[in-house]
Amino acid sequence: MNRTVRKLFSNASSLVGIVLLFIFIIIALFAPIIAPPLSDNPYQVPRMSWDVNPQPPGFPISDDIREVYDFMGTEIKYDKAICGTAEGGYDIFYGLIWGTRTAFKIGLITVTVAGFIGVFIGSISAYFGGWIDEGLMRITDIFLSFPFLVAAMVLTTILGRGLDKVMIALIVFGWMGYARLIRGSILSAKEETYVMAAKALGVKDIKIIWKHLLPNTIFPVMVQGTMSIGSMVITAAALSFLGVGAPVGYADWGQMVSFARNWIIGAPGHAGQYWYTVLYPGIFIVLFVLAWNLVGDTLRDILDPRLRGEL
Amino acid sequence: MLAYIIRRFLLLPIIILGVTFLIFCVFSLLSPMERLATYIHDPSTLKNPQSVERLINKYHLDDPFPLGYINWLKRIVRLDLGWSQTANQSVWDAICQRFPATLELVLYSIIPVILVGIWLGVISAVHHNDMLDQTIRVTAIIGWSLPTFVFGLLVLFIFYGILDWLPPGRLSSWAQDIVYASSNFHSYTHLITIDALLNGNISIFLDALRHLIAPIITLSYISWAFLLRITRSSMLDTLRKDYVRTARSKGVDEHTVIHLHAKRNALIPVITVAGMMIIGMLGGVMITETIFTYPGLGFWAATAAQQLDSGSVISFALLFATLMIVGNLIVDISYALIDPRVRLE
Repeated sequence: MNRTVRKLFSNASSLVGIVLLFIFIIIALFAPIIAPPLSDNPYQVPRMSWDVNPQPPGFPISDDIREVYDFMGTEIKYDKAICGTAEGGYDIFYGLIWGTRTAFKIGLITVTVAGFIGVFIGSISAYFGGWIDEGLMRITDIFLSFPFLVAAMVLTTILGRGLDKVMIALIVFGWMGYARLIRGSILSAKEETYVMAAKALGVKDIKIIWKHLLPNTIFPVMVQGTMSIGSMVITAAALSFLGVGAPVGYADWGQMVSFARNWIIGAPGHAGQYWYTVLYPGIFIVLFVLAWNLVGDTLRDILDPRLRGEL
Repeated sequence: MLAYIIRRFLLLPIIILGVTFLIFCVFSLLSPMERLATYIHDPSTLKNPQSVERLINKYHLDDPFPLGYINWLKRIVRLDLGWSQTANQSVWDAICQRFPATLELVLYSIIPVILVGIWLGVISAVHHNDMLDQTIRVTAIIGWSLPTFVFGLLVLFIFYGILDWLPPGRLSSWAQDIVYASSNFHSYTHLITIDALLNGNISIFLDALRHLIAPIITLSYISWAFLLRITRSSMLDTLRKDYVRTARSKGVDEHTVIHLHAKRNALIPVITVAGMMIIGMLGGVMITETIFTYPGLGFWAATAAQQLDSGSVISFALLFATLMIVGNLIVDISYALIDPRVRLE
C-alpha cells in the first residue's frame, strides 16, 4: 500500500491528476464562498438577465433582475457574470462552481453503488458456480447488450427528469463490469489453499467470501471504479446534453454545454462570438475526467505485475 | 471450438428474449394511459374517456404483467412498433427511413478506428517511452477524457462556425433537390456516397463526403484513442516475447521483426477490441448526430427522448441492443477463428 501511494506521487502524470482532484475538492467544499447562492436552492443557477442570448464575460447583472432580488430582500453578493452567461441568462461561473459538487455526487455515488451491486453479484456467481453462475452471468450479458448511453437514456426518459433519476439509470446499467471483474478474480482465488482450509474448518460461505476472498480480490475493482468515475460523469453530462438529464437551470456541466449547442456557430458575420458558452464548461468537464483517468491509469500500471519495476 | 460456436448460437435467442423482457419491464413503469400514447396517431383520441378505455383493451395494456409481455412480444415480432409522434410516421417506417444514414456514418467511421488506432499504437510501442510515445500516449488519454459532446461542438465551432468548411446535416440543399426530388438520381443503397458514385455524380459524392467528415471524426476519436492504448500495450508485451528476442539475435532486421514477427501476433487481441470499439460507436451515434443535425436514427431517438415519445425511444433501444448482440457474436466467433491457439483447441 505504501509503495502504491509513493508511486502515485512520484509519477508525473498521476501527480497532475492528484493536484487537479485536490483543486476540484477545494472548489466543491468552498462553493458557497466562491459563488454565494442567491436562492434557497443553491443548485439552481441564478439568471443574470431574462435575455435568451448568451452574454459575454464580465456582463453585469441586469437591472430588472436586480429589482427582483431587491424586492425579495436578497443581498446580491456578486453582480458580474465572470465567465459570461449561457442561453437564458444563466450565470456560467456559478454553474461551473456548483456543478463541481454535482459531478462529485454523481461520480462517487453511482460508482460506489454500482460497485457494490457488481461485487455482490459477481462474487456470489463465482463462489457458488453451477447454474447460479450461469444464470447470473446471462443476466449480466442481457444488461450488457445495450449501449450504455442508450440504456441510460431510455430509463431517464421513462423515469422523468432529475438528478436522482439520472443516477438510478447509471447504476442500473453500470454494475456489470465490476461483476465480471470480481468473478474472474474469485474464480481463480477460490482454488487457493487458504480458501480450502477455511472451508475444511466449516467457515460459513458468506464469511469466506467477505473475510477471505474479497480482501484479496477487491483491488482491481477499486482501480476500475476510479477509472469509471470519469465516464459516469461524462454519461450523466451527455444525458443532460441530450435534454433528458438534470432539470433546466440545475448546476450541471452537461447542461451548461447543452446551452451552448444553439449558439456555438455564432451570429452571421460574428463567427465564434459565443465561444465562452462551450469553452469554460468544456474545460471543467475535461479536467475533472482527466484527473480521475490519470490517477486510475497509474494505479493500473502499478498493479499490473508485468509492468512492475518499469515505472 | 465448434461446441463454442454452437453454444453461442443457442444462447442468442435467450439473450434477445432477455433484452425484450428487460425493455418491457422498463416500459411497464409507465401507466397504461402513457403507454397507449405510443400507439395513437391522433392525440385528440386521448381526450375521450370511452375511446381510451376501448383502446387500452384493444392493445391489452391493462393485462397482468405476464400476459401484457406476451402480447407486446407478439406485436414486436410482427414489427408493429407503434406510432412515433416525433417522426409523425409509424416507428418501423421511421427506423427504415433513417437507418441508411446512420449505417453510412458508422461504416465510414470504422476506417480511422482501424487505421489510426492500430497504426499509431504500433508506432507508440516501437518507440516505447521516448518523446513520440509519450506524446501519443498523452494525446490518447486526453482524447479519452474529452466527452463527445464537447469535442463535437468544438469541431462544429472551428470547422463550420469559423472556417465554414464542414457544414452540418447530410447534404447541401442543392444536392438534396437532386437526390430526393430528381428522377435522374436512382437510390440503389440509400447510402448517398455510394449512390452518387453509382449514378456517376461526383459533385454529390463530394458534397455528401464533406458533410460526413466532421461526424466521422467526432464519432470515432474515442474508439481509436482507446484502441491505440490497447495496441500499444499488446505490442509491448509481444516485443518482450522469447521468439522476438530469438529473431533479433538471429540478425533479422528490425523492420521484419516488428512487422512480420511481432505485429501479427500482437494484433490478435486487438481485433476483439477493435470489434468491440466499432460496436461501441453505436452509443455515440445519438450525440454525434444531434450535434451535426445529421438525419439518422440517433438524432431521431434523441429528439424522441426530449419529447418523451417513449415508444420510439424503446424501439430504438431494442434495435440497438439487437445490433450489438449480433455484432458481439460476430466478433467473438471471428476471434475464435482467427486465433490459432483458440482454433486448434
